[in-house]
Amino acid sequence: MSATATGVYHRSYRRESALRHTKAEYFRLALMIVGLLVTPYVLDNYWLSIVNTILIAVIGAVGLNILVGFTGQISLGQGGFLAIGAFSSALLYQRADLPAPLSIACAVVITAVAGALFGLPALRIKGLYLAIATLASQEIIVFVARRWTFLRDGSAPLTVDRLSLGSFEIERQYFEWQWYWILLTFAVLAVLAARNLFRSSLGRSFMAVRDQDIAASAIGVNITRAKVTAFAVSSGFVGLAGALSAHYTETVTWEAFTLDVSILYLAMIIVGGLGTIAGSVYGAAFMVLVPVFIQETVGAVGDSVPVLLSRVPAIEQVVFGLVIIFFLLFEPRGLAQIWQRMKDYIRFWPFRY
Amino acid sequence: MLSRAYRFELNSSRVPVGEPLLEIGDVSLRFGGIRALSEVSFTVRQGDVHSVIGPNGAGKSSLLNCASGLYKPQDGHITLHTRSEEGVARTHDVVAMPPHRIARHGVARSFQNIELFGHLTLLENLMLGRHIHMKHSLLPSLAWFGPARKQEFAHREFVEEVIDLLQLQEHRHAHVGALSYGIQKRVELGRALCIEPGLLLLDEPMAGMNAEEKEDMARYILDVNELRGVTVMLIEHDMGVVMDISDRVSVLDFGRLIGDGTPAEVRANPAVVEAYLGADS
Repeated sequence: MSATATGVYHRSYRRESALRHTKAEYFRLALMIVGLLVTPYVLDNYWLSIVNTILIAVIGAVGLNILVGFTGQISLGQGGFLAIGAFSSALLYQRADLPAPLSIACAVVITAVAGALFGLPALRIKGLYLAIATLASQEIIVFVARRWTFLRDGSAPLTVDRLSLGSFEIERQYFEWQWYWILLTFAVLAVLAARNLFRSSLGRSFMAVRDQDIAASAIGVNITRAKVTAFAVSSGFVGLAGALSAHYTETVTWEAFTLDVSILYLAMIIVGGLGTIAGSVYGAAFMVLVPVFIQETVGAVGDSVPVLLSRVPAIEQVVFGLVIIFFLLFEPRGLAQIWQRMKDYIRFWPFRY
Repeated sequence: MLSRAYRFELNSSRVPVGEPLLEIGDVSLRFGGIRALSEVSFTVRQGDVHSVIGPNGAGKSSLLNCASGLYKPQDGHITLHTRSEEGVARTHDVVAMPPHRIARHGVARSFQNIELFGHLTLLENLMLGRHIHMKHSLLPSLAWFGPARKQEFAHREFVEEVIDLLQLQEHRHAHVGALSYGIQKRVELGRALCIEPGLLLLDEPMAGMNAEEKEDMARYILDVNELRGVTVMLIEHDMGVVMDISDRVSVLDFGRLIGDGTPAEVRANPAVVEAYLGADS
């Protein structure tokens, strides 16, 4: 271990590039692993379904953060890319009879290609203008999903058969439990892949484009390629989230991919912390849990204050807005920064800094 | 002499010393009705410290931006000379290339207003200087596997030599946005050196520095030029520094070249004295 009482001293570049350095960090990692392994055995189906929703959101939020937080390209097209992932995987699985892993992999590639195409405006415009261009892509995709009858079962939404592979099939009574392990695997891999991306040269060139695009081109970064690659990589993650949500919810309908979803995902990465992978995880968990806690609270006090029961959607909207304003005002760097400050406080205690 | 033996070459140009490296021929640049540069011609030779001086608004930075591809002159040519490993001479039309392609031929630059990657650490900034020498394949990057990981450590050794040369050790892991102005200027020089430049373009590397910082920076530039063989093209307002360290000086005034020669020749040139230096200089 390279940590001593006076600081962390590395003896090789390899050690230094490791994601964790101190015993405390490894201890926290171990705690987290134990927590994740124990989760499905202590939670009931309702809470496990919420955890599963969080795991899907984590993958989507990591993908969006790669684009917005790390490459600096604002995107309002998240919902559209989720839709492309969900519909392509569902159609390939349901109508083309591809095995599930293959249909999900194809969905990832299809969404990545679509993301690169819809990202082309980013080569010419930046900032708010790009946000509007991606808003257009969001609306185009949802419009197609809404009007194209091929994407429906008659008049009903597209249904997806229960996930099965060879002799393995998701069983009804263990539905959430089995899905937990599948989604956890994908979420962990997505988080690790994103962490790796940003300690290697490709990810660094994304951040260079974000911080100073002129200087980036002067050191030899092909900005065109970096932006298109960032859109493709980000959309690949988002496509994975979409595909998994299609198989998990077993229905795919355009109503699940509206602009609200794009905004929700943007809120996740702002609340969690732009430009940090951990922040995407915290933000996804936070934004999924907020409405759940509102419902729980209203349910608990609803008998004494019945007027609240009919107002749950309105309360959700208000709290959603307040949370975003709170973070933008008081902690623009999000939950990741709050967590960092808590760790620092303990580390430096009894000193202030 | 350098205090330690360095393993890596900084200079990537194989052009013999004294031969033309960058030829600027009749370059004219207009922004609407404003003529920023009018038929400017001179040659930067391998091994020189070549200064470009002139009053504010004379077109010095515009010229540098043309050489690094950020501006495209309407008329004239800018030709970069390189040699292949076998010594075959090649010429490249800088005007026709986008900035990142020019960088790939070894033209590195620093900026007048510091343009570092402010949210990244000093180390990451310098590693980005190695961008053109690294591979950027997606899947190994995502897996932190094989070449993606190995090249990080290989190029880190190069970067560490630049850190040593510029004495930036203590700031290695600091976010560059939090560093002082003088250090940030040095990091800009370091990032340009990490490219392994054939030609180093420095836009006012000593602007806003105190005397001591200026001396340090001049020393680093001389180390890079004399000991490591890198050709430097430099814009600077401090005439003391310019006349001391330059092998050749070009003078611009209102977008025209009014003087070109050794520091002694330029100092004796009446047009230059009239336009810029003043009678007492």
